[in-house]
Amino acid sequence: MEHYMMNLSLKVWRQKNAADKGGFVTYPVKNISSEMSFLEMIDVLNEELIRDGKDPIAFDHDCREGICGACSMYINGRPHGPWEANTTCQLHMRAYKDGDTIVIEPWRANAFPVIKDLVVDRSSFDRIIQAGGYISVNTGNAVDANAIAINKDNADASFAAASCIGCGACVAACKNSSALLFVSAKVSHLALLPQGEPERRSRALNMVAQMDKEGFGSCTNTGACEAVCPKEISIENIARLNREYMFAGASVSK
Amino acid sequence: MVNPANKRKLEIIIVGTGLAGASAAASLGELGYKVKAFCFQDSPRRAHSIAAQGGINAAKNYQNDGDSIFRLFYDTVKGGDYRARESNVHRLAEVSVNIIDQCVAQGVPFAREYGGLLNNRSFGGTQVKRTFYAAGQTGQQLLIGAYQALERQVALGNVEMHSRHEMLDMVTIDGKARGIICRNLVNGELERHFGHAVLLCTGGYGNVFYLSTNAMGSNVTAIWKAHKKGAMFGNPCFTQIHPTCIPVSGDHQSKLTLMSESLRNDGRIWVPKQKGETRKANDIPEEERDYYLERRYPAFGNLVPRDVASRAAKERCDAGYGVGTTKQAVYLDFKFNLINKYGKAEANKHGIENPDTETLIRLGKELVKEEYGNLFDMYEKITGENPYEVPMRIYPAVHYTMGGLWVDYELMTNVKGLYCLGEANFSDHGANRLGASALMQGLADGYFVVPYTIGNYLADEIATKPIPVSHEAFVQTEKAVKERIETLMNIKGKQTVESFHKRLGKIMWEKCGMARNAKGLQEAIKEIQELKKEFWTDVRIPGDINEMNPELDKAGRVADFIELGELMCKDALDRNESCGGHFREESQTEEGEAKRDDENFAYVSAWEFKGESNWELHKEKLEFEVAKPSQRSYK
Repeated sequence: MEHYMMNLSLKVWRQKNAADKGGFVTYPVKNISSEMSFLEMIDVLNEELIRDGKDPIAFDHDCREGICGACSMYINGRPHGPWEANTTCQLHMRAYKDGDTIVIEPWRANAFPVIKDLVVDRSSFDRIIQAGGYISVNTGNAVDANAIAINKDNADASFAAASCIGCGACVAACKNSSALLFVSAKVSHLALLPQGEPERRSRALNMVAQMDKEGFGSCTNTGACEAVCPKEISIENIARLNREYMFAGASVSK
Repeated sequence: MVNPANKRKLEIIIVGTGLAGASAAASLGELGYKVKAFCFQDSPRRAHSIAAQGGINAAKNYQNDGDSIFRLFYDTVKGGDYRARESNVHRLAEVSVNIIDQCVAQGVPFAREYGGLLNNRSFGGTQVKRTFYAAGQTGQQLLIGAYQALERQVALGNVEMHSRHEMLDMVTIDGKARGIICRNLVNGELERHFGHAVLLCTGGYGNVFYLSTNAMGSNVTAIWKAHKKGAMFGNPCFTQIHPTCIPVSGDHQSKLTLMSESLRNDGRIWVPKQKGETRKANDIPEEERDYYLERRYPAFGNLVPRDVASRAAKERCDAGYGVGTTKQAVYLDFKFNLINKYGKAEANKHGIENPDTETLIRLGKELVKEEYGNLFDMYEKITGENPYEVPMRIYPAVHYTMGGLWVDYELMTNVKGLYCLGEANFSDHGANRLGASALMQGLADGYFVVPYTIGNYLADEIATKPIPVSHEAFVQTEKAVKERIETLMNIKGKQTVESFHKRLGKIMWEKCGMARNAKGLQEAIKEIQELKKEFWTDVRIPGDINEMNPELDKAGRVADFIELGELMCKDALDRNESCGGHFREESQTEEGEAKRDDENFAYVSAWEFKGESNWELHKEKLEFEVAKPSQRSYK
C-alpha cells in the first residue's frame, strides 16, 4: 500500500457539558499519515491542543478493533464514516486525501444526550436489556450443553443477530432516532434459540415498551440503520420483531 | 455457609465487569447478596473480554478424542511451564464443563454442526479439540451472556450498577477490605462505597508496555491501589507476547491488533533467506524463502506455543531478515494451503481434473473466507493489503499478563475480604497461558469459584452491620485520593500524559520484553525511577477536576503503570531462569531455547509493598504431585 501524507481541516462539535449549547470549531491538522487510524488522527490533534493549553476533544473509544462498540462519531453525515461494515476506530486515513474537510459530530438522538463533545449517554440501551433482554437462568441450573440440539440455520441466524455491538449507529442514522434495529437484534438472538422460548412473548413486549419509554422514535422502514450498521445486522430482524410483537400482543393476557 | 436471610444483609463490591466481574456479580446477585458493581466504560458490556477472538476451552470430550478433566489440567500446568499452582488448575479443569452448560442455557450462540450439536476447534499446546467458539467473536458472545445475566439482576434490584466510575483506592478497616473510593468519570466527584467484601475483577496490565492488544482503557490502577494497601503482587513479570499481531506502522500507533492463533493452522511463517531483501513477497521464489519455524521445530512447525513462536520471530528480525518498511515483521502466508489444501479439496468435490493454479486459488478462497473471513477483513481495513493476494505481515505484541494479585485457593488475597478474579489475579496460567484459557478462567472464577468460597469468609461477617461511609477510614482514604488528584493537576508542566506513557512503554518493551538480561533490567529500573520523577514534576493535564476529563483519568493510570513497571523489572531480575514467556538471556540452552531452573525457581514470587521503590519478596513454593516437571521440547 502506497503511503502518503496529508493536511486536513476538521470541523468538530465541541460542547463542554450537557447544559452547554455547543457548536462547531474548525481545526487544521497537518502531516497526517495515510496509515493512521481515524482515532489516531484525533490523538495527534489532541496532543497539539494539550500542548497549546487547550481542552482536548472528548470521545468514547476503547478496544480500537471494532468490537467493544464504544466509538461513536458521526463523520461527514454518516455514523462511523464512509466505509461499509466498519466502526470509527477501524476507519483509516487512506479514506481521505490532502485538503479534505471532515465534519465530526456526536450521535444525535433524544435518548442519547450529549455528555461532552462527542461523548453521549447510551445507558438507555442497558435499560432496554434490563426490561427483558436475557434468559432467566440462575448459575448452576443448566443441563448438559448438548442436551438440546439446535438447528444450525437457527443457531447461525441467532449468532448473526447477536453480533450487534450496541454502538447506537442505527439510532444515529435513523431520521426518527428509532432503536428498532438494536432491539430487534436482541430479541431475535434469543427468540431463535429454544432456550429463549419460555420468555419469548413477554420479552418482546417489555423491551419494546422500554424502548418507547426511553424516547426513541418509531420505525418507518427507511433502512438507514442497516446501511450503516458496522456488523451488518439485517432489517429482517425488524420484521421478525414485528411478528414476535404482534403474536405476543395477541396471546398475552397479563 | 451463609443462610439466605443473612445473605440479604451482606454487601459485596465488584470492580470490573468483564467475564470475571459480570459473572460474579450475576451469580452473587442470584444468591441474594447485595451487590454493587463498577466499571469505567459507559456500559458493562464493553469490558475488554469482549475482544477475545478464538474460543473457550472445556474438557467435554464431545469429539471423543480422549479429552478429560485430567488432560486439560495437565496441558495447562505443562503449558504454563510448571509455574502454576496444581490445585487451582485442577479445579479450573473441573468446572470448565459447567461453564459451557451455563453459557448455552443463557443463549450464547456457539458454533454448531449440521446435527445441531456443538462444534469444536483446536488450539496450540494441546492434542485434542476442546475449544468452543462463536466465529472470531467468542469473547463478545460470552460477555453478552454474562452481561445479560448481570442486567437481569440489576432489574431485580440485587445488583446496583455504576458505569463510568473508576476505583481510585481501597478502604481497609482493622486489616479487612471494607470498601472503595471511586471517581464518577462524568462529573469528577469522588464517592465512598462500603462492602463486607471487595472483589477486584479488573483484567490485565499489558498496557504498561503502551503498545499492546489491550483496550485503551485497560489499566492496573485498581489492583495497584490494593497492592499498596497490603495485597501481594504475584509474578508481575510474567507477560504473554503473542506471535501474530499486525506490526507497528509508525510513531502514531496507539494500539496493536491481534490476528487469532487459529491462523497458524493454515498460514506458513517465513522471511527471505537474503538479508536486506528488497523484492516484494510474491516476487521471492520458493527456494529463497526461510520457513524458519518449520526448519527449527520440524515436529510442531508453525504450531509451536506462543512464547516459542514469538522469540523465533524476534531472532530473525534482530538478525536482519525482517520485512516491510520497518523491517520488524515476518510473513504469514496462506497461499500454500489456499492452493494445496482448500483449492484442491474444492476441485475434487467439483470433479475438476488437473486444475490450473488460478482455478485452485479461486476455489480455495471461498473456503478460507468461511474459516477466517472476519480476520482477513480486519487485516485489510488496517493495512490496506489483501491477505488473499499477498502474505500478511505480522510481529509479536504484548497480549496478556499471567501475573496479578496473589490469591489463595479461595481467590482471596492476603488482605482479608479482598478477592481477585480473572486475569487480574496470578493463579492459573503459570509462566505462559494456553490459547482459549483466559475466557475459561474468567468465567470459572465468577460463576463457579467465588460464589462458593466467599461464603467461608462472609459466614463470620453476618454480625457486622454495614459500616457508615462517614467512618474515619473512608474520610481519610478519600482525602488522600483527593490530594493526589490535586497534586497531579497542579503540576502544570510541559509534557503530555501520552508522551510519558510512550516512553515507559519503550523502556519496558526494550528491556523487560521478549528477552531480558540483568544489565538491561538494572538500567530499566533506573530509567523508570527517573521517568517517575520527571512525570511528577513536568506532566501537563488540561481541564478541571470536577468534569469529564479523560486526560486526568489517564494520568492516574500512567502514574500507576510507572510504579508497576519498576516492580516488573525487579521481579524479572530476581527470576534468573527462563520459563514460559519469561526469557532470561543468561538462562538458555546451546540452541537458544529457554532453560528452566526448577532447583532454584520453582516458586511464586509474591511481592509485598514496603514503600517507594521498596518491596519484600515472599516465595510460595510450588509442589507438583501429579504433573511432574519436564523440559518442553517441540523439535
